[in-house]
Amino acid sequence: MSTRRPSSLLRNPMAKLAAVPMVVTATVVFIGCSLWTVVYSFTDSKLLPRANFDGFAQYDRLWSSSRWIASVENLAIYGILTLLLSLTLGFVFAALLDQKIRGENVFRSIILYPYALSFIVTGLVWQWILNPDLGIQGMVRAAGWESFAFDPLNSPGLVMVALLMAGLWQGTGLVTVIMLAGLRGVDEDIWKASRVDGIPAWKTYLLVVVPILRPVFVTSVVLIGAGIVKLYDLVVALTGGGPGNASEVPAKYVYDYMFANQNLGQGFAASTMMLLAVLVIVIPWAVLEFGGKRRG
Amino acid sequence: MADVAFTPDQAAGRPARTLAGPVGARPKSRITAKRVMIYGALGLVSLYWLLPLWVMVMTSLKGMPEIRMGNIFAPPVEVTFQPWVKAWAEACTGLNCDGLSRGFWNSVAIVVPSTVLSIAVASVNGYALVNWKFKGSEVFFTILIFGAFIPYQVMIYPIVVILREIGLMGSVWGLVLVHTVFGMPIITLLFRNYFASLPEELFKAARVDGAGFWGIFLRVLVPMSLPIFAVAMILQITGIWNDFLFGVIYTKPDTYPMTVQLNNIVNSTQGVKEYNVNMAATLITGLVPLSIYLISGKLFVRGIAAGAVKG
Amino acid sequence: MLDQSHPALDGQSVSIRDLQLDFGSVSVLRDLNLDIHKGEFLVLLGASGCGKSTLLNCIAGLLEPTGGQIFIEGKNVTWAEPSERGIGMVFQSYALYPQMTVEGNLSFGLKNARLPKDEIAKRVARAAEILHLGPLLKRKPAALSGGQRQRVAIGRALVRDVDVFLFDEPLSNLDAKLRAELRVELKRLHNSLDSTMIYVTHDQVEAMTLADRIAIMKGGVIQQLAAPLEIYNRPANLYVADFIGAPPMNLLRGDLRGSEFRGAVTVPMVGYDFAAPPRDGAAVFGIRPEHVLVGEAAATAPVRTEVTVEIVEPMGADTLLWTRIGEDDFRIRIDGQTPIRGGDRITIGLDPARASLFDAATELRL
Repeated sequence: MSTRRPSSLLRNPMAKLAAVPMVVTATVVFIGCSLWTVVYSFTDSKLLPRANFDGFAQYDRLWSSSRWIASVENLAIYGILTLLLSLTLGFVFAALLDQKIRGENVFRSIILYPYALSFIVTGLVWQWILNPDLGIQGMVRAAGWESFAFDPLNSPGLVMVALLMAGLWQGTGLVTVIMLAGLRGVDEDIWKASRVDGIPAWKTYLLVVVPILRPVFVTSVVLIGAGIVKLYDLVVALTGGGPGNASEVPAKYVYDYMFANQNLGQGFAASTMMLLAVLVIVIPWAVLEFGGKRRG
Repeated sequence: MADVAFTPDQAAGRPARTLAGPVGARPKSRITAKRVMIYGALGLVSLYWLLPLWVMVMTSLKGMPEIRMGNIFAPPVEVTFQPWVKAWAEACTGLNCDGLSRGFWNSVAIVVPSTVLSIAVASVNGYALVNWKFKGSEVFFTILIFGAFIPYQVMIYPIVVILREIGLMGSVWGLVLVHTVFGMPIITLLFRNYFASLPEELFKAARVDGAGFWGIFLRVLVPMSLPIFAVAMILQITGIWNDFLFGVIYTKPDTYPMTVQLNNIVNSTQGVKEYNVNMAATLITGLVPLSIYLISGKLFVRGIAAGAVKG
Repeated sequence: MLDQSHPALDGQSVSIRDLQLDFGSVSVLRDLNLDIHKGEFLVLLGASGCGKSTLLNCIAGLLEPTGGQIFIEGKNVTWAEPSERGIGMVFQSYALYPQMTVEGNLSFGLKNARLPKDEIAKRVARAAEILHLGPLLKRKPAALSGGQRQRVAIGRALVRDVDVFLFDEPLSNLDAKLRAELRVELKRLHNSLDSTMIYVTHDQVEAMTLADRIAIMKGGVIQQLAAPLEIYNRPANLYVADFIGAPPMNLLRGDLRGSEFRGAVTVPMVGYDFAAPPRDGAAVFGIRPEHVLVGEAAATAPVRTEVTVEIVEPMGADTLLWTRIGEDDFRIRIDGQTPIRGGDRITIGLDPARASLFDAATELRL
């Protein structure tokens, strides 16, 4: 045995070496890069980042841009509807699958397979199905209903419906699978107890099981929420942001200003707003979820 | 009444004791209204979910004249594989007219090293976090996990700057690095949770037996963690294959991954739209993650559940 | 549901006739008959997988039998819903509704049955009083201890105002001390309520202490149905003999000739109460460790033999000696203060009147 313990910095050097990528990722990329962007959002950077500070000018420009405001509104609509619909549908599908049905695996595979596909593939398929001349609209018209109109890709009022159709098709399977795992984890005796109490199944689901599944719902909300903020590829592939600004979203605004319009400052300001929005949602959630446990 | 033990022998000799009223299982018709509704609902949902796949396959097997005339849902009258050939080898993006095959091989060249590197780094890191905790390790891990919520848009430009500085901008290796970094949170979490679920005695026993940091990891933990490695691989391969944003930012047209190239082929504004080629190209791009999903089955579900449940 | 009652069921609270339950080709319950008297505390006892919980679930209506009938309070409930059977049930995992307060848990079923508000309040108050739940009514299950949770679960059965209570291993999740406390409380509850209780457990101490009668099950068949002491003193077969008692009964293999057991030790079965006329053949002689006589008592015993003490296990109140007779392990329970050490040779006495004898082939009591 050695006479002196090595200093704490040198103990387990391998473990520290193994953690270097994590430390670098956490500090340089997640903290460093985010701070860099926030700082440069106060500059007038155009083609290249310049430390020429300009106060809140970029933010003034951002919030007076009709495209940015449309992007925020679109994302809000998409986000709220996606959240509500995928939670509801996911839970209902999971409850249906939980009825001891035949072919459960087949159905689960069917509802989950789009999750394996990229948003680009998803967007392109639905773009084709919603093609006004050759897709659903064209087919119904050819079948004799001449006045039938369903052309969401070219109607500003409906284009978000197209995004929802594709987005829910891609992502509901994930929520279903998570909910189903949650349902399977509910103590079977709870169901027995509610049968002895004579409580109908739907009431048990609503009043007993849903409250039990609260953590599963929270997880789903976080996952769906993270997906909503990132919404970009689907828009690029399905609508390109159009018609007009009707399906623009913040992530696309950022990309376009940074890499296409060569207006980095605007991109930085827009992405800082995205970060702010996420923080406003994530911090209260984190405090609620983990704040209590820390004390214990 | 006497207390009698009803052994099988005694029971057999007894006269029938059935009394009036229901006996045995409830008679029920195989088809109840409730069952019909459940299967009906699931059937309709399946239809909606299968429709795009059906349309994709059917369209990709038709010739353009048939597409212009006919019904998007109908199977092809005349099956042709020409669109597949064209999508794979001839479709144009910009100046290149060698089809999706270029994007396919680019994607392979990106996915393989990214998957290997990110899993290697994150698994060792998860192991260190569980068994070799050091001062501050949990703090960095917490930052890492919360970092997963930061919108990529906030970090993409500074990373461009960094990649330019180290000379990897526009190269496959730059993108590999980016995927490794952004795969860190979820894969580390996956391994950390898995290693934490193993009995601690295992680690202690190995230490008593004189194994060190790498010995315990490589000879004790890795051999018993193969399923979780498979789960991580599935997650990373599908995730990286499906990536669009990083591909479009950090590579150049020559090294574009398949998703980016696909979008450029289909959404290019020039020329006549060849829907059959587009659908064949879309299908080919989706085929890799789709087959991984179909082959891995339960592991895929386990992967997304592990990533999702319990943060 | 049929309401007519059958004269054959007079005095019976629960009556199970020819009950059969198959899962595919596996029979979990086989042609099972059981009558449970009004006000009786009946324990279903057995190792896991013996069908005891399955039987309880059939009585509750949570599992549908393949064949046979179930009567509760004279009514044929074979096809009735659990909530229509007039039963209350308590589960091992408590199965409390986690997001409702104790009061909510107690009243949820009643509210759902649209009972008048004052009736619900009355019943909840009564259950709370009997089970000392008063101060806990506003709390949620997560804020309760295991014992408190189980009392709430019992309360939920209590408010249903039923004649039959079903317990599915209700104490198994509790630590030993709490288990002993709640056991006494359950017995007190049974004494004061006078209702029928059917109680599933794998713990023989619970079974012995609580039951009016115990039904020991194995392989979906009741092996013996009798009062606790009857089962202890006169086990109906080898399985029951081995299952009841800790440490289990000593079993010696040998033959029955005339009415004499011949094995490593020869025992003339004088004073033994044969269950059937003795028949010659292979037999097993059983005697409980605590019924083996030592010291002065051994000197006057009808049968004596000498054994070597291999291991001494002092347990305070008593001490267990491990010895051997022939090839078989032989355990002796003696007073805790007796000075005997390993290696000692001691004389032991066997009293055939306290022994059990089994047919080696059928394993039934002789």
